[in-house]
Amino acid sequence: MTESAIAVPANLALRSLAGARTAVHTTAESGLGAKMRLDKVSVRYKDFVAVADVQLSFYANKITAIIGPSGCGKSTLLRALNRMNDLIPGARLEGHILLDGEDIYAPNVDVVEVRRRVGMVFQRPNPFPKSVYDNVAYGPRLYGHLKRSELDGIVEYSLRRAALWDEVKDKLRRSGMALSGGQQQRLCIARAIAVEPEVILMDEPCSALDPVATLKIEELMRQLAKEYTIVIVTHNMQQAARVSDYTAFLMMNENRAGTLVEYGETKQIFTNPRDKRTEDYITGRFG
Amino acid sequence: MNESVEQMGALAVPGTGERRLRRSVMHQRVRHASNTFMLGLTGLATAVGIAPLVWILFDVFVRGASAISVQFLMDTFKPTSLGGGGIWHALVGTSILMGLAALFSVPLGILTALYVARNPNTSLGLAVRFGTDVLSGLPSIVVGLFIYTLVVSGHGYSALAGGVALAILMLPIIVRTTEEMLKLVPKSLREASLALGAPEWKTALQVWLPAAMTGIVTGLMLAVARVAGETAPLIFTTLGSNNLSTALDKPIASLPLTLFKYAVDPSKVRNAQAWAIALIIVTLVLLLNIGARLIATWRSRKMY
Repeated sequence: MTESAIAVPANLALRSLAGARTAVHTTAESGLGAKMRLDKVSVRYKDFVAVADVQLSFYANKITAIIGPSGCGKSTLLRALNRMNDLIPGARLEGHILLDGEDIYAPNVDVVEVRRRVGMVFQRPNPFPKSVYDNVAYGPRLYGHLKRSELDGIVEYSLRRAALWDEVKDKLRRSGMALSGGQQQRLCIARAIAVEPEVILMDEPCSALDPVATLKIEELMRQLAKEYTIVIVTHNMQQAARVSDYTAFLMMNENRAGTLVEYGETKQIFTNPRDKRTEDYITGRFG
Repeated sequence: MNESVEQMGALAVPGTGERRLRRSVMHQRVRHASNTFMLGLTGLATAVGIAPLVWILFDVFVRGASAISVQFLMDTFKPTSLGGGGIWHALVGTSILMGLAALFSVPLGILTALYVARNPNTSLGLAVRFGTDVLSGLPSIVVGLFIYTLVVSGHGYSALAGGVALAILMLPIIVRTTEEMLKLVPKSLREASLALGAPEWKTALQVWLPAAMTGIVTGLMLAVARVAGETAPLIFTTLGSNNLSTALDKPIASLPLTLFKYAVDPSKVRNAQAWAIALIIVTLVLLLNIGARLIATWRSRKMY
């Protein structure tokens, strides 16, 4: 990649702006480690338990796919990772979710900081009704006043990393909604990485895209995994097999609560599943 | 044709195919006739429904156009012995009243709509929605009377009181249309902003409202159009005036009140002026509606 040398320092400026708390990047640098760890996590909406007792780790610079039949709590689990479930009245989490060893649900934790470090890409491309530039600059602008040149640098850097720069560099002032579906989704990825997250959550990011755009996003994910920890929810098992390093298979138990059936390296899950239910699911016998 | 029906066997009982076919043709004719009849009936009902509008527009235009001139628009009140003057004072008054009403109702209405759209199923959200529904069904004269006892009986007639009365009438329209427009914005758009760490108020101001903006503006224009011709609450609150006044704490002239006064005046000159004012109000409302339409189409073209 040929990112301009000027762009990087501008981006680092943002990181220093966000304060000393974000300086704790130790796990990622110290090689393979659990970036996020879920410890007996259950999520309930009022009386309904959506996810029960999930125990697993997401490893740094790896792509982890969460697969499973509809309604098994994949999205709920994903949204627990950056506390998006907080927005749903009656949603409660039990257990612990640790980000670099810190419990993101601890009482003194700033939810804004959690969401800055754990970014999210949604199922349908959802650019803001703003220009391409303002879409990407939206996040950085939240975290302090940046000089025009710094912001320009961040926007270009983020768009380059989202493999979108060459396609939009001449229409940065055009509405983000005027782009094609695949471009919009890459714009949303650029928007998410503009705030320098450490983890990127993707909730079926390709389900609204055609195969060509899907392939582009998947290539992009492989690129991004060099710098970020990625967790992706997908209905598409080929996609999970293609892009992910680890796979978690979730299923509903008899109380309709999502439970973790099997978790392991993607290769092992798809070639040599230990659990009969996993095998049935990936061979298409149900789900 | 008959043969092929016969050949289908299972569908047509042998020997009865022809009869069935003929019966179905007759049935078709009956159906066609009743269809034409019903279509004619609905067409007639539509014509009867639209007729008053066309009639009113035509009548207002024919009677009003002759009295309208630049002088009529730009002149203030004069006695009929001096030609009757114009309606500049009423135009200014109505503009001020509309401005005041919008000033009070727009921020309040949009914030209320945000609350209701954000918390649709909370008890307060439901109560507010029910409240706005009741408010929109309230006769305008009741609102006028309310402001009369609340403000006018203590502080006297004023433009401000009129503005408040009109604002109360606009409020439910603004709340409902804004709420509907906000609800059309996909939830994931808000979530995208929140997922970047934006607080809710910033999400509302920078993402949610802008995404619904054209629809909201359309609603605002319709709300203004809706109260532009309101007369009853103004009788109780602004009193009306023959002077050009911009003072907010004094009685003020307005188009509907002047129309009312001139229409019941024995002078033929005043009656003609009343028709002219009617034409101006109708034009104003029409322009607001057309403007709202244009914005709505422009939005739909931009979105898709």
